[in-house]
Amino acid sequence: MKERLLELKQEALDKVTAAEDVKGLQEVRVQYLGKKGPITEVLRGMGKLPAEERPVIGQLANDVREEISNAIETKQTKLEEQALEKQLAEETIDVTLPGRPAPSGGRHLLTSIIEEIEDLFIGMGFEVAEGPEVESDYYNFEALNLPKGHPARDMQDSFYITEEILMRTHTSPVQARTMEKHEGKGPVKVICPGKVYRRDTDDATHSHQFTQIEGLLVDEHVRMSDLKGVLNEFAKQMFGEDREIRLRPSFFPFTEPSVEMDISCKMCGGEGCSVCKGTGWIEILGAGMVHPNVLQMAGYDPEKYTGFAFGMGPERIAMLKYGIDDIRHFYTNDIRFLNQFHKA
Amino acid sequence: MFVSLNWLKQYVDLQGLTPEDLAEKITKTGIEVDSVEAFGEYIEHLVVGYVKECNQHPNADKLSVCQVDVGDETLQIVCGAPNVAEGQKVAVAKPGAVLSGDFKIKQAKLRGEESAGMICSLQELGIDPKNVPKEFEDGIFVFPEDTEVGADANSLLNLDDVILELELTPNRSDALSMMGVAYEVAAILDTPLHFPSEEVAITDEKAHDAISVHVEDAELNPYYGAFVIKNIQVGPSPLWMRNHLISAGIRPINNVVDITNYVLLEYGQPLHAFDYDRFGSKQVVTRPAKDGETITTLDDEERTLSSDQLVITNGKEPVAIAGVMGGADSEVQEDTTSIILEAAYFNPQAVRDAAKEHGLRSEASVRFEKGVDPDRVKRAGLRACQLLVEYAGGEVLDGVVEYDELNYQEEQITITTSRMNHVLGTQLKNEDIKDILRKLQFDYSQDGETFIVSAPTRRQDIVIVEDMVEEIARMYGYDNLPYTMPEGASKAGGLTTHQALRRKVRSYLEGSGLSEAITYSLTTEERANMLVSPDIEGEHTRPVHLALPMSEEHSHLRLSMIPELLTSASYNIARKQKDIAFYEIGSVYVTEESVLTSQPQEQERLAGVLTGSWLTHPWQQEKKNVDFFVVKGILEGLFTFLDLSENVRFKQATMKGMHPGQTAEVVLNDQSIGYVGQVHPSLQKQFDLKGTYVYDLNLQAVLDTVTKEENYTPIPRHPSVSRDIALVVDEQVKAGDLQNTILATGQPLVQHVLVFDLYQGEHLPEGKKSLAFTLRYLDPNRTLTDQEVEETHNAILEQVKTTYQAELRG
Repeated sequence: MKERLLELKQEALDKVTAAEDVKGLQEVRVQYLGKKGPITEVLRGMGKLPAEERPVIGQLANDVREEISNAIETKQTKLEEQALEKQLAEETIDVTLPGRPAPSGGRHLLTSIIEEIEDLFIGMGFEVAEGPEVESDYYNFEALNLPKGHPARDMQDSFYITEEILMRTHTSPVQARTMEKHEGKGPVKVICPGKVYRRDTDDATHSHQFTQIEGLLVDEHVRMSDLKGVLNEFAKQMFGEDREIRLRPSFFPFTEPSVEMDISCKMCGGEGCSVCKGTGWIEILGAGMVHPNVLQMAGYDPEKYTGFAFGMGPERIAMLKYGIDDIRHFYTNDIRFLNQFHKA
Repeated sequence: MFVSLNWLKQYVDLQGLTPEDLAEKITKTGIEVDSVEAFGEYIEHLVVGYVKECNQHPNADKLSVCQVDVGDETLQIVCGAPNVAEGQKVAVAKPGAVLSGDFKIKQAKLRGEESAGMICSLQELGIDPKNVPKEFEDGIFVFPEDTEVGADANSLLNLDDVILELELTPNRSDALSMMGVAYEVAAILDTPLHFPSEEVAITDEKAHDAISVHVEDAELNPYYGAFVIKNIQVGPSPLWMRNHLISAGIRPINNVVDITNYVLLEYGQPLHAFDYDRFGSKQVVTRPAKDGETITTLDDEERTLSSDQLVITNGKEPVAIAGVMGGADSEVQEDTTSIILEAAYFNPQAVRDAAKEHGLRSEASVRFEKGVDPDRVKRAGLRACQLLVEYAGGEVLDGVVEYDELNYQEEQITITTSRMNHVLGTQLKNEDIKDILRKLQFDYSQDGETFIVSAPTRRQDIVIVEDMVEEIARMYGYDNLPYTMPEGASKAGGLTTHQALRRKVRSYLEGSGLSEAITYSLTTEERANMLVSPDIEGEHTRPVHLALPMSEEHSHLRLSMIPELLTSASYNIARKQKDIAFYEIGSVYVTEESVLTSQPQEQERLAGVLTGSWLTHPWQQEKKNVDFFVVKGILEGLFTFLDLSENVRFKQATMKGMHPGQTAEVVLNDQSIGYVGQVHPSLQKQFDLKGTYVYDLNLQAVLDTVTKEENYTPIPRHPSVSRDIALVVDEQVKAGDLQNTILATGQPLVQHVLVFDLYQGEHLPEGKKSLAFTLRYLDPNRTLTDQEVEETHNAILEQVKTTYQAELRG
């Protein structure tokens, strides 16, 4: 009997080894370990054995079963792995083929620049104020110390709709309106972005519609050195830590003193080149201390309150930053232009 | 303003600064120097020559052969100029000289005759042809007789000069004169000034016997001074004066005209010379013009005047438009011997209006418009008289005949050192202020830290304390100002709710694949009326139009952004960029007034255009073109993002310019807020477009409706149950209506209804369609029983049967 069991074991193990797939293996299992299999049969004949041999043979039979069973398990795992490997090999793809494009849109360069400037000033405690593009002559000019017949109105030929209503020529009227809302109390700390319009013929450097961002701070003790400090902070964050600023006297009817701010030229580092026309400096914005007439008209006591204001053109900043040569690109919406700025 | 440094040097020591360094200092202190240009190029071997002999060239009619003494030798030079003649002093470029344009002068034979150099015209020496005196326009330049032979011609012709071009802001009209610039430069360099005297030799004859002056309107003409000069010999002005005029861009004419122009540049005071004998009377009368009155001006144009313009008359008819241009009849001519010299102050506004009206902005009118220095009016006249005596042989009659209601005085401004420091953030001392006032040559009195400053009349821009703050600041130097940060009470900055939400909307749309476009607000009348959203379009709504547009193209304010966006789409497609997905956030301008009495309502809207393919992945054969549902899907996504999906409905609509079957009105809480759909194919054709879809929403209304939900809804712990139904209905029945009915009937258990199939055709009766829905049932608090679901399901089937005669599809 013992021989028979060992014989069976060898037979079964050989078949396990020979099995080529899960199905074949299953047949081996049924054949040798099934209820009608030879081992069961051997066990059934155990009654004929002497009592002292029974446990020995019983043990052997169990061992054989287990050995065969283990061999089947091992083989099965191996076969399954092989099958999976085969399947995966068949599933291999060319990973260099292009992927399915995800939707890709993006912000207009001007909006990005405006938001960048907004965020920069928000970081310095400013709020963002907006106002109408179709303005009254009063807020666009008169409240800003530009009474009717003022020679400086020549500087900004305007799109009038009626004698009293026009397309705003700058975002300064928002400042006037904001001050008025604060009813003579400080602080007022806003930046005002928006579209503005001037009576210009469109060409590479002129556009009848463009954008502006102006800033205003009115409080009881605002100094011109604060203007310099804030603008310096802005210039360094916007254009780079190594940029220098300088202020030059200028003239705007709504500020006194008035200055223009230059930044050192990025191209030549201040040595002088074609971008900065040899001066080493590039004009970026106009600024100044709020004119007492403007404060007064908005209900502030100019003896008590002082303020500074500044204004800049996002188009100009974008053009300088990216070397864009034609202002009309901002309004043509050529997607080959727009897409270039849809990057992080 | 062009500033000749050779001229400026006569008034102020430039301390050997290079022109560039000087320009930098001027720019940083107050006046932007736009350019620094050499007036001419220094030409080696350019000397004054004397034409000893001038003979006809034997082989060429138009050439002359000249023997020219150039000091150390005599050169034979062939010259082609028609005006060359024996006895002239001329500019000779000797062999070795290089003229502008790299034109090298060499010894050569011209038509068989030796020629050792060239006799030059001013143009050949680099002078702008428009500034070359008429007499030398078509030939060589001739020096005055007393010019030294052999002398360097460069300095005589001012070719070594450097010109600064000043970009003057409107407040700095004081620098419209050489004296004004000299004051500025002297203040910057802290050096003394040397100005010419205004002493004049006079005759015994009294001016008031020769002329009288009457002013009718003191406001238009507060000062009028008339000098009378006799025995004048009209001829060329001295070379140095001509050089100065040319360097300033003014063409020399004759000594009388040149002297008035020279003084205009020197003093900033325009003067005018009338021919005394051709004046037509012995009285100068200034008055407002009569409407329709005419005058023929110096440029031989007949001009019609109006009553808001000031004219100078001889008592009968106008002889000049005050401050703008003189009349042709009284013009100084070759044979003029006596003149009336006008030095006046005209009302700036009147001059500006007249100059604008006649399109005549001259050196004179520009200065009158800004307001001339009242202190220099008469002085400029005296200076001109002095020059007329010296360079035109004139005899000045005794006295100036004047009308004077000018009554000017210097502005007194009180400043304190502490206020200066308070505003500037500096720590200036009294001494610093004193020093700056001294450099500026402003008179002042001081009491401790208080200064009472007399603003000189030449600086009419200085009126209030802040103007003095600027003077102190710029002279102290903005570079010296410290960098500080504002000290006041600070609070966190930020965006308003609306602004923050708008940024989120942008991010959502961009993440959905849309690119932001920015178009013009001003458009054509036709486009301003095109595709106006039904929520704006009213019986009386009309686009705002400009009073004076520059072109028809930008004449009206838009009522929708769509037409300009279609133009942008069309622009791209013409350049083979065929897949467009735009959004724009901007204002439209709504009014019902045909003539505005108040500002239009500005409404912030979100609009966009999509066309071409929406998705392409070619090697996997995936391609989806933009269609109605792509656009609708983006908008639905937006409303879901804003938590408004339950408040919004899309309603089948028709509107002009849109596809009659593929347009929906968007309704938010029962209020129409815009539309979405395909543009009408015939309108698409106008823009060369195909398959183009648009949307236009009142963004303001959308964002105003957003409420921030701050409660968290717990995740349901119990499973939901899904049931599918396919309903056969008439094809006119809207899926959205069915969906709403199912949802409404199924509440509260039905949480979600999704259309998953639309079928029409075989196996269905004509005029019918099958719509299939997945219904999701859920009670967040417990597991639903089959019976509960069944009851609701039956109720739904009952309801859709009643409302839509919907049958379950077998």
